[in-house]
Amino acid sequence: MADIDIKDIIKEENLIYTKPKVITDTVMHYCPGCSHGVAHKLVAEVIDDMDIQDKTIGISPVGCSVLAYNYLDIDWQQAAHGRAPALATAAKRLMPNHYVFTYQGDGDLASIGAAEILHACNRGENITVIFINNAIYGMTGGQMAPTTLVGMKTATSPYGRSTELNGYPLKITELIAQLPGVAYVTRQSVHTPAAVRKTKKAIRKGFENQDKKIGTSFIEIVSTCSSGWKLSPVKSNEWMEEHMFKFYPLGDLKDSEKESEESYKKYIE
Amino acid sequence: MENLKTNKIFISGDEAVAHGVRLSRPHVIAAYPITPQTITVERLSEMVENGELDSDYMHVESEHSALSAAMGASSVGARTFTATSSQGLLYMVEAMHYASGGRYPIVMMNANRSVALPWSIYGDQRDSLSQLDSGWIQVYVEDAQEALDMMIQAYKIAEHAKVLTPMMVNLDGFILTHTYEMVEIPDQAMVDKFLPVFETPNKMCFENPKNMAFSSQPDDNTEFKYQQNQAMFDAIEVIEQTEKEFGELFGRNYQSMVEEINCDDADAVLVTLGSITGTVRVVMEQLRARGLKVGILKIRYMRPFPEKEIMALSHKIKAIGVIDKDISFGYEGTIFTNVNSALAKSNASIFKKNFIGGLGGRDITKAEIEKMYHDLLAGITSNNQKTVEFFNLKVETND
Ligand SMILES: Cc1ncc(C[n+]2csc(CCOP(=O)(O)OP(=O)(O)O)c2C)c(N)n1
Ligand code: SF4
Ligand SMILES: [Mg+2]
Repeated sequence: MADIDIKDIIKEENLIYTKPKVITDTVMHYCPGCSHGVAHKLVAEVIDDMDIQDKTIGISPVGCSVLAYNYLDIDWQQAAHGRAPALATAAKRLMPNHYVFTYQGDGDLASIGAAEILHACNRGENITVIFINNAIYGMTGGQMAPTTLVGMKTATSPYGRSTELNGYPLKITELIAQLPGVAYVTRQSVHTPAAVRKTKKAIRKGFENQDKKIGTSFIEIVSTCSSGWKLSPVKSNEWMEEHMFKFYPLGDLKDSEKESEESYKKYIE
Repeated sequence: MENLKTNKIFISGDEAVAHGVRLSRPHVIAAYPITPQTITVERLSEMVENGELDSDYMHVESEHSALSAAMGASSVGARTFTATSSQGLLYMVEAMHYASGGRYPIVMMNANRSVALPWSIYGDQRDSLSQLDSGWIQVYVEDAQEALDMMIQAYKIAEHAKVLTPMMVNLDGFILTHTYEMVEIPDQAMVDKFLPVFETPNKMCFENPKNMAFSSQPDDNTEFKYQQNQAMFDAIEVIEQTEKEFGELFGRNYQSMVEEINCDDADAVLVTLGSITGTVRVVMEQLRARGLKVGILKIRYMRPFPEKEIMALSHKIKAIGVIDKDISFGYEGTIFTNVNSALAKSNASIFKKNFIGGLGGRDITKAEIEKMYHDLLAGITSNNQKTVEFFNLKVETND
């Protein structure tokens, strides 16, 4: 068989996939098997598909995705740990024709930033929240988060999380689904091609909801943290399917629009 | 000195802190993780869970909650510990003033790290130096051994009836927290002897009910603050005593508020804070070998401030330089401001210079330190240098 030259392969007609326009050439720092990279790609694809690169503002968190601004070529602001929803609120209110989203981990959103996210959602801010729940503080080296499963071992729960010491894993997405200001609340994942497609649809819907001005869109992505969990990429996905999905079941939690002011006014009439 | 059972192990600065805390037997630990403090809290949670340390570990949702929880524990007379760094320290600030005003003798480890923006996990001392006015005793250590030893001393100082003031032990992020050294782990029985169980009348209890945190009116607020200030001054004597007692028992002595190294016959002295002292020691020795009369003033305590020591030194030397891994924007380095105020009180007219650098984790090299000494020596005869200078400043600034 004659040698095939790489140049013969790299041709327009052989092109079957290309990375989203919005994704930069910067090499990502994420660990092998981490969900952050896939989630980034999906956000980028939605921005490409909706052709809104020049009208999208991302608010990056403190967490492994703090450097998201190196990977998606849009406007970004970095918030202090947990404060992304407050920055997003202001950005969206001042520039209502832009698409504003926060991208936050579970430590950022459900721990130190629990107040900000609850209040932004309760106000029904017209923003999209991408919530990466890997049940651990990934960036700081894998410590227990409010979302850590009971019995799960982390750097600060070396014998497994106990409810007596550490309380219960926080289903913040379920809490948020109760708030009258939210329009769309869903929990997805990116562990299979089918799941990736569904998550992309959810993200797109979250962005499109901003045009409809119907309230906050909240998209949880149940994610892996192969380094924090101390598992290989493949095992991480398996562990996630086996354990995380049981506690954090995938699917929509709310799909309507924020409640009307009228239904609340009646109490003082 | 008692018979020392030597038990040296090879550990990081963060682990040394964890051992120091373990030996001090706190009842309650409350913390939120942040780089480069994380190893300390990981080790402590492990020690608590495997039974090595009989303590309640509270995994709280933020630093603001961590220090608030520590205050809750301290208000019933529990010995408490928390640890943080940088953004976490700043997020604690409201509670820091509560803790010092309430006179809760909480001990905190702070891993010195720069402050956003620009966001960076690497070291400088802008985090804790920005909190000199928070009412906490602040000590800075040079190596992992000193970090361990100061955890034990910190409880003794903070809990002293004349002091009852929270104390922060600072160690440089990564340079100390993440590098490994041989560290002597003191014997528990000896630590117990040095640091007995915390007893205080200043707590909430059924026998003698007390309200530990309350409001004040213009009528009495100044008196509270006066007493708080007085307690900080009283701490100086307690620090000196504690240091002496510790030295006698454990055989290690850090000379108290400051450590003077070759200052007696020195023409030029560099003032240091934290781990940079180690590098300056090497340069100082090299210059001494070449016949230059140079020395080091290692400041250990920033609050209370070693004013007396600096005033005394100012009469012996001809030039003083201050290395600040810090800048108070619109003025100068904070250590320099503090040193300068002591020099002014002693009416010393010696050459002074503030060297600002090492920000956001940039290395300070031996060559740079050597140049600082040469600047100081040159300044003795001709004073034509800038008083405040950023060293190793790259040319591409927006000047
Ligand atoms: C005020 C403050 N406290 C603590 C930290 C340290 N810190 C950085 S990221 C992080 C947790 C990140 O976890 P998560 O949000 O779940 O993101 P992941 O890395 O898992 O994606 C913490 C505690 C900080 N930067 N600021
Ligand atoms: S530490 Fe975890 S969350 Fe962070 S990049 Fe690695 S796998 Fe992803
Ligand atoms: Mg996480």
